Amino acid sequence: MEEPRTNQQLPPNVNIQDYINVDVPQEPAQQNGTQNNSRNEPFSSDQEEVDERIDLALFKGATNIIRLFVPVTLCMIIVVATVTSATNYTQSSGTFFYTPLSEKSSTGAARFGISLANTLIFLSVVIVMTVVLILLYKFSCYKIIHGWLIVSSLLLLFLFALIYWGQVLERYNVPMDYLTTALVIWNFGVPGMACIHWKGPLRLQQLYHIIISSLMALVFIKYLPDWTTWVLLALISVWDLVAVLCPFGPLKILVETAHERNEQIMPGLIYSSTMAWIVNAADDVPAAQGGNTETHRLEGRTNPNFGVDSNQTADVPAQNNQGDNANNNSQLAMRSLSSESVEEERGVKLGLGDFIFYSLLVGKASSYGDWNTTLACFIAILIGLSLTLFLLAIFKRALPALPISIFFGLIFYFATSQIVKPFMTRTAAHQVFI
Amino acid sequence: MTIKEFFGCAFLAFGPAVSLFIFVVGREPIRVILFIASSFFWLIALLISSLLWFAVVPLREKLAFGLVFSVLFQEASRLAYYKLVQKAENGLQKMMQDGQAGADEDSKQIKFIKNHHLMALVCGLAFGMTSGAFALVNILSASVGPGTVGIHGDSDHFFITSSLLTFAFVMLNTFWQVISYAALDKKSYWQVGVVVIFHLLASCLTLLNNRDPPIYAATITPAYVLLIISGIWAFVVAGGSLSGIKAFCGF
Repeated sequence: MEEPRTNQQLPPNVNIQDYINVDVPQEPAQQNGTQNNSRNEPFSSDQEEVDERIDLALFKGATNIIRLFVPVTLCMIIVVATVTSATNYTQSSGTFFYTPLSEKSSTGAARFGISLANTLIFLSVVIVMTVVLILLYKFSCYKIIHGWLIVSSLLLLFLFALIYWGQVLERYNVPMDYLTTALVIWNFGVPGMACIHWKGPLRLQQLYHIIISSLMALVFIKYLPDWTTWVLLALISVWDLVAVLCPFGPLKILVETAHERNEQIMPGLIYSSTMAWIVNAADDVPAAQGGNTETHRLEGRTNPNFGVDSNQTADVPAQNNQGDNANNNSQLAMRSLSSESVEEERGVKLGLGDFIFYSLLVGKASSYGDWNTTLACFIAILIGLSLTLFLLAIFKRALPALPISIFFGLIFYFATSQIVKPFMTRTAAHQVFI
Repeated sequence: MTIKEFFGCAFLAFGPAVSLFIFVVGREPIRVILFIASSFFWLIALLISSLLWFAVVPLREKLAFGLVFSVLFQEASRLAYYKLVQKAENGLQKMMQDGQAGADEDSKQIKFIKNHHLMALVCGLAFGMTSGAFALVNILSASVGPGTVGIHGDSDHFFITSSLLTFAFVMLNTFWQVISYAALDKKSYWQVGVVVIFHLLASCLTLLNNRDPPIYAATITPAYVLLIISGIWAFVVAGGSLSGIKAFCGF
């Protein structure tokens, strides 16, 4: 690792252990490392101070949690609105390339077996693709990775958007000629490509990430068989857990490699609450607070369908402020600039895959027409997300965002649709209020 | 017509609550988290009561049984949430001190943490809105149509009465939370008991809607009387007074 990087690298590596073991010689390095660090009270080896710091780090996440609530909610709203209004989205047509077995005409155990088989096929594709991606990354085949990512987002932004547009038009019975459609799709897709892979306003980039995720989730809702979806949700969160936390989990390797190389994780795969990749901030704004520029990483997965990756990784330096972003935009510095100007990325990140599977769960729940179930799943997922972020603040390392949320979501889906729904239907019908 | 009815009912039931949410809760991250967590607690209470209702097969047709236990579970989860918030309070305070905003903003935030009434309001609003949403959301989605209300001789005031009662319950839950949290702070437990009785009373009275034909006057009137009593009570508990109102209005 070359010289300047050592300094840069220091803050991300700070973890609880560092707080406790921190000693005087390290202090100057810490303060030179990043400008914003020097603004904060110096580290102290005093035990009470240390405890204080841990507590501070622990509870700093409120704003970050909200930063993720909004986009996750938006993504779910798009999916749920589409599923409930455009009913042709719920009539599954044909089978998916990755889930070849049809659930129709089988019941009970046989159906469960088929959905399990489907899920395993799907999951093995996911695993293979993830491993391929990680290998490419490990051996620095950036060209191939970028090509892959660009093709994926190209497909999503043009083909899937076209399918979506077609479905919506069909639902509302609106005729539209090819020329207009082409114009609409072109004007939708090209800014999206620019925002995701090159540069663009942060808000627009976030919006495109949300749209991409909801398009993907809608495709899943349309093509995945009923039971397969639920089995898939359960197994994919287990895979998520394994991939991020196991010693040789591919996503753990990805995150660590990216860390070692001091790079951002690939564009088009993660939603970030601040400008995080391609352009970095040459930040001379006194970055508010947070001496501990701890980097949390949240999770990752690769999930290839039509070659689309929805890898997710989130870095959560627990602090960032809105004011900074505005300033940053005017002071963009390309990543290729020397490392001094490359400020450590700040803000919360959540993989697009998380968005996809959250929305998949909520969308699928809403497709049966009961709003109580949808609401319950929504609340459960948000609670799971906040718990994950709190855990993130404690463990300060990459964490899978799916398991807790999806676990809660699944429990509340089945409990609500089987038990709560009849109760609430009855009370509502009799106008009895509890 | 159905669309109009939908919007009318939706705004009637949730208009005030949503505006409270926007002005009181929405801007502050910490309040949003409290809000979501609180609705999760309500959801758990609902789940437990549904489980009980579902498990006791012979009494499934008798809503009164499920209702009483549901009220008790809701009150229990209200208390449980109070305990949780109390425990988290220190942490929350630290979070605020370390918050994103400047010193000015900080002191405002800490005031919020210190201001238990405001916190109770946020949590109560979450309780009320979640319960209201669960009670009404399916009815609302049905109200868009297609269909005709009361074609089989039922009351054609079904939607409007449901919305009125939902509104009452959303607000009642909010007030009750303020009252019972203040009572728990002061350790005057009889007030908590009164809140439970109020809740039981309001809920059990809605059982009258079950009759054929429903006597709406007998359910909506007491619900709104309770609403006014609880509202005034909560106002007084939160430190309001007549002279305060006068001063506020500039008399």
